[in-house]
Amino acid sequence: MIKRRGRWRERWASIVGLLGHNRMGLVGLAMLGLAIGVAILAPWIAPYDPDTTIRVTIEDIYAKPSAAHPLGTDDGGKDVFSAFVYGARVSLVVGFTASLISMLIGGSVGLIAGFYGGRLGNLLMRLTDIFLVIPDLPLMIVIVAMVGPSLWNIIIVIGILGWTGTARIVRSQALSLKERQFVLRARAIGAGNFHILRRHIFPLVLPLIITNTVLVISLSILEESTLSFLGLGDPTTLSWGGMLNFAFTRGAISSGAWWALVAPGLGIVWVVLSCTLLGNALEEAFNPRLQSHHLQGEERMIARPAQPEASDT
Amino acid sequence: MTERPTNPPLLDVRNLSTHFVTSEGVFRAVEGLSFRLERGESLGLVGESGCGKSTAMLSLLRLLPAAGRIVSGQALLDGTDLFGIDESDMRAIRWHRISMIFQGAMNAFNPVRTVGDQIAEALVFHGLARDLGEAEPRVAELLEMVGISGSRRSQFPHQYSGGMRQRAMIAMALACNPQVVIADEPTTALDVMIQAQILELLERLQRELGLAVILVTHDLSVVAEICHRVLVMYGGVLAESCEVDGIFNQPMHPYTRRLLGAFPDLSRPEGKLVSIPGYPPRLNALPPGCRFAPRCTEVHERCRQEQPKPREVLPGHWVACHLHDAGAANGRT
Repeated sequence: MIKRRGRWRERWASIVGLLGHNRMGLVGLAMLGLAIGVAILAPWIAPYDPDTTIRVTIEDIYAKPSAAHPLGTDDGGKDVFSAFVYGARVSLVVGFTASLISMLIGGSVGLIAGFYGGRLGNLLMRLTDIFLVIPDLPLMIVIVAMVGPSLWNIIIVIGILGWTGTARIVRSQALSLKERQFVLRARAIGAGNFHILRRHIFPLVLPLIITNTVLVISLSILEESTLSFLGLGDPTTLSWGGMLNFAFTRGAISSGAWWALVAPGLGIVWVVLSCTLLGNALEEAFNPRLQSHHLQGEERMIARPAQPEASDT
Repeated sequence: MTERPTNPPLLDVRNLSTHFVTSEGVFRAVEGLSFRLERGESLGLVGESGCGKSTAMLSLLRLLPAAGRIVSGQALLDGTDLFGIDESDMRAIRWHRISMIFQGAMNAFNPVRTVGDQIAEALVFHGLARDLGEAEPRVAELLEMVGISGSRRSQFPHQYSGGMRQRAMIAMALACNPQVVIADEPTTALDVMIQAQILELLERLQRELGLAVILVTHDLSVVAEICHRVLVMYGGVLAESCEVDGIFNQPMHPYTRRLLGAFPDLSRPEGKLVSIPGYPPRLNALPPGCRFAPRCTEVHERCRQEQPKPREVLPGHWVACHLHDAGAANGRT
């Protein structure tokens, strides 16, 4: 087994350094960092605890934004801003955990199917096809309805339905990579299948897996919101999708309470956008061939003389 | 190089046959190939594209693609039959005692790993270093040996030029101090200046390290420059094999003669280059007799029926052609 001492730290440092040069990536990172910070610090940021029971009067229902309630109140007279802050926790936890599951399943299925091929590869790809042809949302609704809408059930359902795209992309890449000459050369110097897979194929598919995962994070968050919006969310925690559901079904639109819809909606967009920006930047940082500085110097490519040339008419 | 060594050769390949078994039939890529390689010797393996040169070499390393089958033969490396040992023993021998410079070094490096790491891997696999970090001094030394600054070990292959990549590939092949290095067209796709540099480097390293080199090429001028002996292959079989002077001064096989005729000769600038009409035989539909018969100008009836066997016509000069059979040499009867 080949061990690497301290080089990963170096590698990470260079990736972080490169990310620094990518403005959109930094914006994405900052947006995602803010969302994660809000989610972690929710109890200190939110002015009210959404779980405490409160006494409400008719004026408290869909109250306009005010000093006491910066984003107004919802149909139950509760503070929308507090619910929004706590809702970030649910959306992010579901998004990240479900994508992690998708990435692990999709990445390993794709790598094994592509690299080993043969009967095992065929079996895995037929399985992928089956998962791919089933429409996700109806199946999700059915499964959640059957197993019950708890947070973990939702995470698992989203995770085990979202890996097919990753698997297919990773497989096609692995298929072409294993025919490359450096794989033969690695075999010649004494590398076994596992080493080739880990050291030669995996680093080349990693950027693919990462960009895909980031896409899947946004998809997972959207799917969670969809399920919650359809009333299949975890009833004990209020996610952004759940907030939209309550606002939509309980007359927020007819009462003109835009604040109850805009906050969770923008929250979803915010996180999805940040993931996409960060993912693109990470892909560039991970792929050494995209790093070449000569690819980034279009303006400096043609060295112009400092003085304008005399015109010879 | 004229006296014949009496001790057993370093590498003795006997009757090697490699076939590709595909849905379109069996391709007999190499058949009955025998040759010897002495210590410190450099052997040129010449032939047109698709005549089985690379296949024969990959057979020696047991690195054939999935459809490839070594159907017969022995390859004795210092007395050990490379085809008779199991895969784990083969893995220990590969690169440690017999290594390979791959065709087109552009593709022989993983693009997302540093050149140094990839060279170091060979050292780690063969127990010459405990991990990649420990291998670093040796990697730097290897790179310096081929004229690349050791500090460039942490660069990626795309930061190397074509010639540098080829030199790095040579450094990689030498990592474990092998006895035999197979160079599979090491100068293809390089310009003539770089070609000359690479060949000079190979020759120097061979002399200094006492390597035995098999140089696979379709360029006879390369062979003339650095090889001691030449083996000409045609359609998967041996056509002619002898010391390098013999090939140029006294070519016997009609194919060798035509091959030489297709190369420019500086001493006869007025001489016309002649190509060989036709194509090498398709390896799944071989002619029954001599494989060169359909393109040979000196073909006679026997060539179309009977495949000629390699015979030692002069000391150390083997030819597989009916024209040079014992009977034919005394005038045909």
